[in-house]
Amino acid sequence: MVVMKMKFPFQKRVKLAQGLWLLSWCATVAGATTFTLGCLLKTELRRRAEVMDNTDIHVVPNTLMIVGLASLGINYFASKICQDALDAGRFPRWKNFLKPYFAVSCFFTVLMLLSVIMSYAMKGSLESSLKAGLRNGIRFYKDTDTPGRCFQKQNIDRLQMEFECCGNNDFRDWFEVQWISNRYLDFGSKEVKDRVKSNVDGRYLVDGVPFSCCNPRSPRPCIQYHLTNNSAHYNYDYLTEELNIYLRGCREALVHYYMGLMNTIGAGVLSIFILQGSVLVSLRFLQTAMEAVAGKENTEIETEGYLLEKGVKDTIMEYLDPVLKFFLLKNGGKVEEGAAADKPAAVP
Amino acid sequence: MAVLRVKFTKTKRDKLAQVLWILNWISVVTGVILFALGLYLKVEINKRVELMAERDIQYVPNMLIAVGLIACAINFLGGKICYDCVDTTKFLRWKLIMLPYIVCTFFFTFCVLVGALMCYSMRGELEESLALGLTQAMRFYKDTDIPGRCFLKRTVDMLQIQFQCCGNSGYKDWFQIQWISNRYLDMSQQHVVDRLRSNVEGKYLMDGVPFSCCNINSPRPCIQQQVTNNSAHYNYEHQTEELNLWMKGCRQALLEYYTDIMQSIGLTVLITWLFELSVLTGVRYLQTSLENVLRQGDPDSESDGWLLENSFMETARINLNIIKSLGKNNHIDTAKNGDPNIDVPSTSKAHYGPDNVPPKTIKEAS
Repeated sequence: MVVMKMKFPFQKRVKLAQGLWLLSWCATVAGATTFTLGCLLKTELRRRAEVMDNTDIHVVPNTLMIVGLASLGINYFASKICQDALDAGRFPRWKNFLKPYFAVSCFFTVLMLLSVIMSYAMKGSLESSLKAGLRNGIRFYKDTDTPGRCFQKQNIDRLQMEFECCGNNDFRDWFEVQWISNRYLDFGSKEVKDRVKSNVDGRYLVDGVPFSCCNPRSPRPCIQYHLTNNSAHYNYDYLTEELNIYLRGCREALVHYYMGLMNTIGAGVLSIFILQGSVLVSLRFLQTAMEAVAGKENTEIETEGYLLEKGVKDTIMEYLDPVLKFFLLKNGGKVEEGAAADKPAAVP
Repeated sequence: MAVLRVKFTKTKRDKLAQVLWILNWISVVTGVILFALGLYLKVEINKRVELMAERDIQYVPNMLIAVGLIACAINFLGGKICYDCVDTTKFLRWKLIMLPYIVCTFFFTFCVLVGALMCYSMRGELEESLALGLTQAMRFYKDTDIPGRCFLKRTVDMLQIQFQCCGNSGYKDWFQIQWISNRYLDMSQQHVVDRLRSNVEGKYLMDGVPFSCCNINSPRPCIQQQVTNNSAHYNYEHQTEELNLWMKGCRQALLEYYTDIMQSIGLTVLITWLFELSVLTGVRYLQTSLENVLRQGDPDSESDGWLLENSFMETARINLNIIKSLGKNNHIDTAKNGDPNIDVPSTSKAHYGPDNVPPKTIKEAS
């Protein structure tokens, strides 16, 4: 049962080969673009690596880079094959190469599609990584004298100003953390001692935020301290005040930014996937059409081209058999060993 | 005695024409680059136009844009001319235009040089403009409810954050103006009224700065209020504290930024000027060698090319005489009563008979 049989007269074969040559060069450029997009995404993710807890999300740009490099090779060979396709003398030398070539190409093309799906699926992982990373960043904001953490303050300040956000979920995260270091607290003053005693952990908590949460669009000078105390400031109601500090949380801002980036990249990679797929399909048709010509005297006869010789299931089994045999052989060996081990145990 | 005479064989002339054709096209590209640089400078200046007082600094990018466009046009024409110069017959088409073209291009290269020098001279005007503009902007920082000034607060804050600067010359500039609007001052409080009364103009002055002056590299949370009062903050001395606020003044920061841009643009324009001059020299040699070939009559022969036919002083003298005689043609010659035809001997060889022939009487028609 042949899949997608098509008739190919000589002229159509020639046109197919020429079109495929052009298409494969376009696909090479597209492959380079995929690699560049992967590098871009990786750079952007690394720039904010200090507020990310793990690097699980890096699998997306890594896959894109691998696929980009692989498609450069795939399309290079595709252009070489279609150049030789119309020459009956040179085409047979590709015979043994084509089966593994198609297997590898299909694998990498499917991987391209998988990377786009992953970029949407890993949103949750990115969010939890950012949540943990930002929580640590806010907790270590005051530790500018501890080696390994001395730049957290700078990073968080820069992040909040650049992405116009404050805190993890929102600005109230700063109320739960001591972000003023003990080095700058006068423990001789009554006010400081009272505040430190007022909570279980002995932390100096304030209802204030760092200056980097301030919104420049506010018409009034920034109110950073006593945020929830309306009477501390003239003509101020914290429940209705929206312009004073940034209301958005940094986690939401960062997820939004990265999702936007990955959506754009995903759209580009999808179109490259379609291009790559069409290159492979055309190459398959050209190969099967030319194989029918091999050995015949008149090379200008009409031939049939097809996608798969057997049905889809049979073809998959045909390709997977060598792989499975490799594992089964291992399993078969293990079974034999297990049987041999059982025998001496069963003897006594 | 010609200036810098060089002998040109036919192949050398052809090669020169081809090379000049390519160089002219490269010059078109450099003209586009000049245009782009002028546009970039214009955009950068307009981005911060609210911080600059009214001064004539727009002429520099405008000049660069104009020079870039004219350079494209001139070099495009030059490319066409050099392309045709390989063939002596086609050269005849351009023969009359070439000398005026070379003279125009020579004066145009002066414009390019002037453009480059203007980039470097703009600095003084820019400094003045920025000093005045920043003072105004800081004065109107609090006026977020007055139309036309409501975005100045945001502009100044973003400027101080982006350029890592504070105030005009330093952060103390903020101590001399009222940057908190009266709308947010509680006039019923005694300390507010005291502060307002403590100075002649009734302004609410304080030793505090806006949040945008805060230095993100500081290890401690930002101290914005009571900056000069050491006892108001624990473990703080304002004379030695350098990391708390940005120390640089915004005027200096902006000036450095614009000077960097203009120095790179000026350098690029100077290099373009040198390139244009060399292309012009090549075109002049091509023109003189082709004209000499035509004078000699044989298109394949060797000819001389030069920059100036006579020495520099001679050429200057001849040109001055031409300009003087152009002026003389307008003067009336009073010796002959203004009639140029009197006493001019007849050069005609024909003999028309004696001069005093009585006129014939015309028969009256009946």
